[in-house]
Amino acid sequence: MKELSLNILDVAENSVKAGASLTQILVTERNRVLTIEIIDDGCGMSEDVVRSVTDPFYTTRTTRSVGMGVPLLKLACEQTEGTLTIESVTEEVDPERHGTHLTATFNMDHIDFTPLGDVSSTVLTLIQGHPDTDFLFQHKTDRGVVKLDTRELREVLEDVPLNSYDVMEWVGAYLREQYEELS
Amino acid sequence: MKSLAELQAIKNRMKDKVVLRDGMEATRVVVGMATCGIAAGARPVLNSFVEGVSKAGIEDKVSVTQTGCIGLCQYEPIVEVFEAGKEKVTYVKMTPEKADEVVQKHLKNGQVVAEYTIGAITA
Repeated sequence: MKELSLNILDVAENSVKAGASLTQILVTERNRVLTIEIIDDGCGMSEDVVRSVTDPFYTTRTTRSVGMGVPLLKLACEQTEGTLTIESVTEEVDPERHGTHLTATFNMDHIDFTPLGDVSSTVLTLIQGHPDTDFLFQHKTDRGVVKLDTRELREVLEDVPLNSYDVMEWVGAYLREQYEELS
Repeated sequence: MKSLAELQAIKNRMKDKVVLRDGMEATRVVVGMATCGIAAGARPVLNSFVEGVSKAGIEDKVSVTQTGCIGLCQYEPIVEVFEAGKEKVTYVKMTPEKADEVVQKHLKNGQVVAEYTIGAITA
């Protein structure tokens, strides 16, 4: 992957597939460490699955036997001497508070650090593909915060789909303006 | 500065259109958005289709959606076009520029861009 934002898109798709109603994407830059958290309230994974999910030869698919999403993210963070952890609670274990919390850290000054890239585009792509699912996106830096919560938009939009082009255009401009204020 | 009031205005403008749109699109554009597709550049290709379809004013006839891996990872980004009563067209190794061309020629004017389809790939 050329940008970490593409890894975020890829892994967040897993959250949606796990039936999440809310997927949170939290990006934090502090002391030259970048932390990416992807938190969902989906069906969760058992301990065995969590252990094997970073293994490139594990997948839930039956068509082929490789799943590269999490392994690629793990590679990207470990090559900067960062770490990747996954905590997950299945629906069977806790019917109320289930889901998966992935945390990846990156040393931004490491020579093998992959740039974060266009994370706004990732958020827009997720909304376009999953207009009935909610996303909370937050990017914190020393200069301020960029934030988007689709639940707030949904309240205003009611039954107008979030992936209507005019709405997507608004979301794109909304994020762009927030990023401009940071720089 | 973008405000929620502006979003409210978009909602008011669109409210009537929504009822008409549901399930009425005759053409479906499906972009592969699994690990293989994303790594090969599917994100900007999808954005090109979304933007192109809107700019061409054919949103009522064409829907753009995403799917997982269809098992031809080496040809990603892959885009499938489904039209009622016609055979599926599979475009391979797409780019945003090729996407713009497909919007204009195929989705707008009904001419399949044969050179970008999987059939044009030689071994």
